Amino acid sequence: MSYIQIEAVDLHYRRHRHEHVAAGVFALSQANLSVGQGEFAAIVGPSGCGKSTLLKLIAGLVRPTHGSVKVGGKEVTQPLKRVGMAFQNATLLPWRSIRDNVLLPLEIVEPFRSQQRRERSEHRERAEMLLKSVGLAGFGPRMPWELSGGMQQRAQLCRALVHDPAILLLDEPFGALDAFTREELWAVLQALWIERRFTVILVTHELREAAYLADKVHVMCARPGSVTASCAVPFSRPRSLETTFAPDFVALVHDLRSSIGEAAA
Amino acid sequence: MMPSTLHRVAPWATALVLVALWWVGVKLFHVESYILPTPFEAVQALVAYRAALLHHGLATLSTTLIGFALAVAFGLCLGILVGTFRIAYSALYPILIAFNSVPKAALVPILVIWFGAGTVPAVATAFMLSFFPVIVNVATGFATIEPELLDVLRSLGASRFDMVAKIGFPRSLPYFFASLKIAITLAFVGSVIAEIVAGNAGIGNVMLVASSSFNVPLVFAALIVVGIMGVGMYAIFALFETRFASWSARGAGGIERMGGG
Repeated sequence: MSYIQIEAVDLHYRRHRHEHVAAGVFALSQANLSVGQGEFAAIVGPSGCGKSTLLKLIAGLVRPTHGSVKVGGKEVTQPLKRVGMAFQNATLLPWRSIRDNVLLPLEIVEPFRSQQRRERSEHRERAEMLLKSVGLAGFGPRMPWELSGGMQQRAQLCRALVHDPAILLLDEPFGALDAFTREELWAVLQALWIERRFTVILVTHELREAAYLADKVHVMCARPGSVTASCAVPFSRPRSLETTFAPDFVALVHDLRSSIGEAAA
Repeated sequence: MMPSTLHRVAPWATALVLVALWWVGVKLFHVESYILPTPFEAVQALVAYRAALLHHGLATLSTTLIGFALAVAFGLCLGILVGTFRIAYSALYPILIAFNSVPKAALVPILVIWFGAGTVPAVATAFMLSFFPVIVNVATGFATIEPELLDVLRSLGASRFDMVAKIGFPRSLPYFFASLKIAITLAFVGSVIAEIVAGNAGIGNVMLVASSSFNVPLVFAALIVVGIMGVGMYAIFALFETRFASWSARGAGGIERMGGG
């Protein structure tokens, strides 16, 4: 049985409270998705197809109009507590140092929250270790604006992972980076995932990124959004940049591209 | 000259130029001192009446600070409320705008009827004039939080209180300190107005008495005292701002520097 199970989900955004449902915006219609525990799933599709909405459904930040969203066999009715999220904008708090930004989830999530005073140095060490593993050793005391965009995204990944979340939700986290930095961060994310094996859902419009990182790529179509195709990625881990130039990798990306073309038609 | 020295000297130079223009104007057009005294006569009055000006200056300063403190406390609470809850915004904002459009000087006589002449109307006027910028700025700080940031916190199971304490409040601090600089100067305006209309002490009262006896140099001396107190308090809150919200001013001289390349 899958860990994350989305079944026949419809979602309408009503622009006004009294507006009739049908007059609102259809974000999702009959969307299905299942992701196993510890699986790395990617969702690709044209912009405006409800990819980000799907993430919010899983996190419990929005509720479906119809259908069910289950995580670990339980219906999601409120925000899940042990989720890590990262976005295209680094959304670091500019008044906190990098280390204090990474520590933010530990100030909110139990059991860390009540251990805060006693285990301050352990928490700090935890943050520093994580920063080191993404290549930011020694940057803890710096302020966010002193870091480049790629470094800020590394720090954001650390913030999303510091509380050992069971699920990591990524909404185009590398979308605003240049191609080289992006490829570096693919390797960083893959290494973290191989080490910790959390369940990941990565939303992206970069097909090479999806094929490089994911075990399974799900293709969505737009208006109303739904999942139209799913495709397993067979390459062994750890994958490297070399993998992305292999003929069967290129063929897979080609297939994905044409299935999006079909979805759009 | 070093740029930093230049910046330190600039305000004094501007003040000197203005005083010089004032002086030259008075001398050139032979203005009588009961209409516009020379700067020298104003300073003479400042020295001659120093004891009275000190006494009344301190009275104005204390009423201003009491009114200002009330305004900051009230403005901060209401700003957080309006910034956090949409319903509070809908319910309160139109009323606040309406209230802020009322000329406060017109309310002073009513305050006198209610509380009698003296300190209370001055404190109340200083309060009424200065709380509005605090509310607007704090609410703006809250309203412009990136929605993704709230998603991050909500997905961690953060309570509304957590979001205010961890994000809303620190984020609105630069806006808050900026509003203090505006609010303190408005508080001076408020207390001096109330003292002019219905005071029995304070700089405003000094100005009223002096102008009714055509002692215009003393009026100007009193204005100088208010100006000095205003700049002094402004400087104190500007210092607070750089101390507690320095993260927001990282690119000091932002546009100038960007434009200059």
